[in-house]
Amino acid sequence: MSELLVLKDVVVSYGAVTALKGVSIKLNEGQIIAVLGANGAGKSTMLKSISKIVPLKEGKIFYKGKEMASLSAHDLAFQGISHVPEGRRVFPTLTVEENLNLGSYGARKRLLDEEVEETKKWIFELFPVLAERKNQLAGTLSGGEQQMLAIGRGLIAKPTLLLLDEPSLGLAPILVKEIFNAIRKIHEESGTSILLVEQNAKKALAESDYAYILETGKISIEGPASELAGDERVKAAYLGGSAVTKKE
Amino acid sequence: MSIILEQLLNGLTIGSFYALIALGYSMVYGVMKLINFAHGDLFALGSYLGYTLLVWSAGAVSQRFGLWGGMAAALLFAFFAVGCVGVLMERVAYRPVQKSGRLPLVVSALGVSIFLENLIMAVWGPRYQAYPASVVPTYTISLGWFHITSMQLFILILSFVLMLILYYVVQKTTFGAAIRATALDKEMATMLGIDVGKITLFIFFLGPALGGMAGVMNGMYYRQISFVMGWNYGLKAFTATILGGIGNIPAAMLGGLLLGLVEMFGAAYISSAWKDVFTFLILILILIFRPTGLIGEKVAEKV
Ligand SMILES: Nc1ncnc2c1ncn2[C@@H]1O[C@H](COP(=O)(O)OP(=O)(O)OP(=O)(O)O)[C@@H](O)[C@H]1O
Ligand SMILES: [Mg+2]
Repeated sequence: MSELLVLKDVVVSYGAVTALKGVSIKLNEGQIIAVLGANGAGKSTMLKSISKIVPLKEGKIFYKGKEMASLSAHDLAFQGISHVPEGRRVFPTLTVEENLNLGSYGARKRLLDEEVEETKKWIFELFPVLAERKNQLAGTLSGGEQQMLAIGRGLIAKPTLLLLDEPSLGLAPILVKEIFNAIRKIHEESGTSILLVEQNAKKALAESDYAYILETGKISIEGPASELAGDERVKAAYLGGSAVTKKE
Repeated sequence: MSIILEQLLNGLTIGSFYALIALGYSMVYGVMKLINFAHGDLFALGSYLGYTLLVWSAGAVSQRFGLWGGMAAALLFAFFAVGCVGVLMERVAYRPVQKSGRLPLVVSALGVSIFLENLIMAVWGPRYQAYPASVVPTYTISLGWFHITSMQLFILILSFVLMLILYYVVQKTTFGAAIRATALDKEMATMLGIDVGKITLFIFFLGPALGGMAGVMNGMYYRQISFVMGWNYGLKAFTATILGGIGNIPAAMLGGLLLGLVEMFGAAYISSAWKDVFTFLILILILIFRPTGLIGEKVAEKV
């Protein structure tokens, strides 16, 4: 299995705040990797550093074996990286279908129109509610539906690597289950590699191959997901009860 | 012809100018959250550039290509030249201060406005200039009791076509969706592969370009142009933008046309001396009672 994404000693700061203090992770092609951690640990910052929304202060990021130093943030969609950010960030005054179509904007030069249409059909099978609502403004969707739209918008570019930032955040338990089922299906049916950031440690570990635990900007524990699920430290801090895995 | 119909045509004509200028305000506000106070002066600049092409060339353009050809040349020249000035303005005056917040941007816009106004005065002089009658068609078209000047008809058709094209591009194409997405959330747009820099460039070309073209139309319609006209038209068009709802393309068109009509009917039935009063009364009322404009954003973002 070849390495798709490698972060090497990545340091990111926002002014005086250092959000990532030398983070190294690795994701092989076809894997689902989970990154767990409490609020403010730096999980979103890590994804933003991969999609070049925030600059690296130190360290390197390799994608498909190459450093992407000369690329801009808007080039990454073309390179096969889709970022589904925290908080969904759908465009509220655009229709559901316009939102979806924009997902393929950066990738349109590597995809045929038929491919996009086919992928759209697949997304509508995955989330039938999006098909029903496709002419509705995205701002009128429920939180769960917006999350589905955000994921669909990331998928329509047929990404090699999908970055998912807390897709279950703020959703009712039944919807959380539905989203995790969808993530499994996406992985099975498309083979896309997934970097999954979550606070729902139990669910995330159940879906992933390998996991990292991020604590105030540093990886504190890592290992195969099944091992971490049984690790006493992880159990105590992240699987212990609702108090710790509580969402914002 | 009845006064109602006459004022309707007058109102729609001047409303078209407002609408074309308002589009520039609205588009620029969309991508930069900036009220571009220099926009009215770009309109004036367009007016003068068109004038220069038609007059300083001693009517040569009109003679060579005919009346309509000369007009088309002046319109296109103003469109491209003012569009380029818009792009330059963004690079020189706005982009460098964008990161410092909204207030420096607004101050910079005022600076550009003063600069352009004085530039126009320095180049063309402080006196009124006039588009000569020989470079614009002046005949009237009559269908029974219905009369319209060829200039009015031309302005209405051209503005309507321009607005239709713009509406189509912005509301119905993927590129247009990318523009709207950029206006809503630049970072998210970037993550989808939209080159926000390119979109900004496009907006800062097209907005001023349309304003410049409107300037030429205005010069051909009223004939008289002055270096301070940008201020007055800028304020009116700004009112139109707020009236429709800022950041929204169809709203700018609606606001412009509506404002033109209000002004002309107010002038006809109440008093022409009160024309500007109506405009700013509308601005005040809309700001108090409906700050989102007539068709401002309908849905709030769900958090
Ligand atoms: N734009 C910013 N400016 C300044 N500080 C920031 C910025 N974004 C994040 N930070 C800080 O960086 C640290 C890491 O933030 P980040 O959003 O990456 O955490 P997270 O693990 O994603 O948290 P959460 O689970 O709440 O989403 C926090 O201390 C946060 O306050
Ligand atoms: Mg986060």
